[in-house]
Amino acid sequence: MSRSRSDSHTASDPLRPSDHAETAAAAEVTNPSLSVVGWLRWGWTQLTSMRTALLLLLLLAIAAIPGSLFPQRSADPNGVVQWRRNNPEMFPLADALGLFDVYISPWFSAIHLLLFLSLIGCVIPRAKHHYVALRSRPPRTPSRLSRLPAHRELVVAADGDDAERVIATASDMLSRSGYRVERYDQRGSFSVSAERGYLRETGNLVFHVALVGVLVSVAVGGSFAYTGQRVVVEGTTFVNALSDYSSFNPGRFVDGAGLVPYSLTLDDFRVAYRLPGTPGAGQAENFDAQVTVRQPGQEDSEQSVRVNYPITVANDRIYLLGNGYAPTLTVKNGDGDIVFSESQPFLPQDSNMTSLGIIKIPDGLPKQIGLVGFFYPTQGTLPSGAFTSIYPDVVDPVLTFNVFSGDLGIDDGTPRSVYTLDVSGLDQETGGDSGVESLELRPGDTVDLPNGWGSVTWEIDEEMQPVKRFASLQIQQDPSSGGVLVFSVIAMAGLFAGLFVPRRRVWVKARAVEDGVRVEYAGLARGDDPTLQRAIDELARRHSTSVDARPAPADDTDHSHDSTERTPS
Amino acid sequence: MTDLSLDGISLLLVWTAIATYVLAFAAYTIDLAQRSAVSTSAPARTLVAAGGNRGDSPEPAPPASAGSDAHSPRRVWARIGTSLTVLAFLFHLGGTLGRGIAAERVPWANMYEFALTGTLLIVAVYLVVLRLYDLRFLGAFLLGMIVLLLGGATLGFYVEVAPLMDPLKSIWLVIHVFVASLATALFALACGVSVTQLMQGRRERLLAADSVMRKAKKSPRFLTTIPSAETLETLAYRFTIVGFMFWSFTLIAGAIWANDSWGRYWGFDVKEVWTFVIWVLYAGYIHARATRGWRGSRSAWLSIVGFAAVLFNFTIVNIYFPGLHSYSGLTS
Ligand code: HEM
Repeated sequence: MSRSRSDSHTASDPLRPSDHAETAAAAEVTNPSLSVVGWLRWGWTQLTSMRTALLLLLLLAIAAIPGSLFPQRSADPNGVVQWRRNNPEMFPLADALGLFDVYISPWFSAIHLLLFLSLIGCVIPRAKHHYVALRSRPPRTPSRLSRLPAHRELVVAADGDDAERVIATASDMLSRSGYRVERYDQRGSFSVSAERGYLRETGNLVFHVALVGVLVSVAVGGSFAYTGQRVVVEGTTFVNALSDYSSFNPGRFVDGAGLVPYSLTLDDFRVAYRLPGTPGAGQAENFDAQVTVRQPGQEDSEQSVRVNYPITVANDRIYLLGNGYAPTLTVKNGDGDIVFSESQPFLPQDSNMTSLGIIKIPDGLPKQIGLVGFFYPTQGTLPSGAFTSIYPDVVDPVLTFNVFSGDLGIDDGTPRSVYTLDVSGLDQETGGDSGVESLELRPGDTVDLPNGWGSVTWEIDEEMQPVKRFASLQIQQDPSSGGVLVFSVIAMAGLFAGLFVPRRRVWVKARAVEDGVRVEYAGLARGDDPTLQRAIDELARRHSTSVDARPAPADDTDHSHDSTERTPS
Repeated sequence: MTDLSLDGISLLLVWTAIATYVLAFAAYTIDLAQRSAVSTSAPARTLVAAGGNRGDSPEPAPPASAGSDAHSPRRVWARIGTSLTVLAFLFHLGGTLGRGIAAERVPWANMYEFALTGTLLIVAVYLVVLRLYDLRFLGAFLLGMIVLLLGGATLGFYVEVAPLMDPLKSIWLVIHVFVASLATALFALACGVSVTQLMQGRRERLLAADSVMRKAKKSPRFLTTIPSAETLETLAYRFTIVGFMFWSFTLIAGAIWANDSWGRYWGFDVKEVWTFVIWVLYAGYIHARATRGWRGSRSAWLSIVGFAAVLFNFTIVNIYFPGLHSYSGLTS
């Protein structure tokens, strides 16, 4: 079943890498001639060989694995910090090896760039060859059809002169079923050569080219992409300008200056919790950030941002990433002047929404102070006496604060997260070893700061809602996604055609014999083709009934192949 | 579980299915043993193609010549095995449907349910394929695997019905996970065939090297009753390419879902990494089969490695690798 049984077959074969299993072994390039060009050509042949493609694919698979074993900066920056803390000695080495940025590391990039270089080098000559094959005629009919893998022979009761008519019928029949046909008649013997399934090679080429398309889309589109995050408390408004983001990651060609002006107010944040005693008790669901979007020159629109259902505003996609509580707090100094009054987002620490929040008051008090607060929506007590939250919804809310004083490190201009406080250089005034009880508040309470510095009040706006919620939103634009999707779909279509369209050649040959016309049907598959024999049998049946046949006296089948195929019983 | 809730009934059906699978496994094993016992009498059949026939498209078997029936005994135990498999499949199907109805959603939203539906699909694909190819020699291998996976999952991963988490409330849960399970089923079948192919290939090599068949006798003798290594390779390839289509679709559907859910279509989350690794491994397998020197045993090994990665992805990655895809339902 070698593909190159007769020379005429190879004439229109798609040019495959020299070590393709179906290419004649003679084509192997062995030693390069000792010139630069010779070496280059040799290198290129090596790079575009099947073996190299295969090795690079396997290397790619292996090289991708460390990215699942080590936390990646792009996906899990906190994991990297954690890893560093746990393995301080190993960290520099691991980092130098790129283990925390596997997918942009030099070695991973080298593998995938070589792979795509190989791919392009492989596809171009094949595409050229395929283009020629698409325009060439089906190959000459081999002289001994009986040697082909699928073969059948019949004698049709017809006049010896009818051989030509018999072949004409076969030719019609084949071209109607999508074969390209060519007649090769010789004196006394008529034959048609037919080929179908060029779509197989086309699909294969389209698939490989579409992979390049995916890669290029990612690279080009990605450099115009940006992602920003912002925490919005109920009742407040986010304005789409760089200064209003809490974090912003621009692609290479984005500076954040040209953001479309629109604003977004979080009117209400809804969430439902499974009640205790039901399956999944305490599980939160149906998160829903109700927002009002304002755009210049347009009516305000009320929309709802939910998990899995981002909204689109001015080409930005806006996602709901997270949520939490933002108690409204007022801090006054000893004279009763307000030094702080805000709804401060507290970040959830566990599934029952025990939340951690930081308040920094650099001015207006005798010293700079930092408050490290915990919010318990439904307060419970651990065996150790420490508070915890036992249910994520607000049933019995409690706030506690530890007060720290000293230099908050704000004045030196280094940016500091509003969600963390480095307490290492600070004096602890309440809680811990300070000997002073932590501050503890319930909705509406006011408690005094230590040392007569002032007071903290938990403000409630409405009786119904002692604490506001916040939503953390992600605002992003990624022009690559459209291209990636389109090329992926094209790749799938190409893959389907490349794998499942049967490509085969079929020949029908007729020759006058004493009692009629002897017709031979033969087929040759190119690539995996589970239905070849069936197709030949079917052709023989249809054709012979249309020209009136009787079985050839000799054994009319070629059944040398064993297989597991079930026989109809 | 004290009262017979729908979920309880479902669990009961699943255990019944597991017990029946064990019986089917036993029957298939007896069949393999019998094949070994009788096989020496008709060794020639599979050797026909072992010689020059190097093609990759063995054609469907010819309508059996009268002789081949005489060679293949009636395989009573294999038939019993298949009947038991069908019966177990029905229990399994009932258990899975019951679970879905009890949960009021598709029954594939946590580890236990993935295993339930995934193994159901493996058996379904096996039974469908059985109508096209006589793969009963794989029965023992496959059912052994099913018993381990399903039994292990029911013991280790079972959780009571719980409502879906928000991120899972998406049409993509239905499509993406189902197609992934279908791909897994095909890869499982391909892996089984590849293992058999390796055994058969080894036996054929021994036979070719030693015509007296002394060494070849060390290979399991049931091999003489199953197709040649080459035919097996083609079969494995066919299952794999269909599985590969499904897996590619899984990859794309997952990216679309991720884009809606997490705000990016690709982020090298652990699960994404492994889905990609598996995809590349099978792309490698397809290439290997087209590369001179890689056909035969080497590509069979790739098929096995590919399926090992699928299993690793399903078990170890789901349980031990933290990531966004933490839907095993086991943590809380
Ligand atoms: C990103 C890298 C690559 C991937 C993911 C990939 C994937 C695939 C897949 C899935 C197929 C089967 C699809 C079909 O037949 O239509 C295939 C076939 C093929 N690929 Fe690639 N490929 C890659 C790179 C290459 C390279 C570099 C070469 C050239 C050396 C190459 C040459 C071929 C050939 C010749 C076939 C046909 C195999 C056959 O005859 O069955 N591929 N590839």
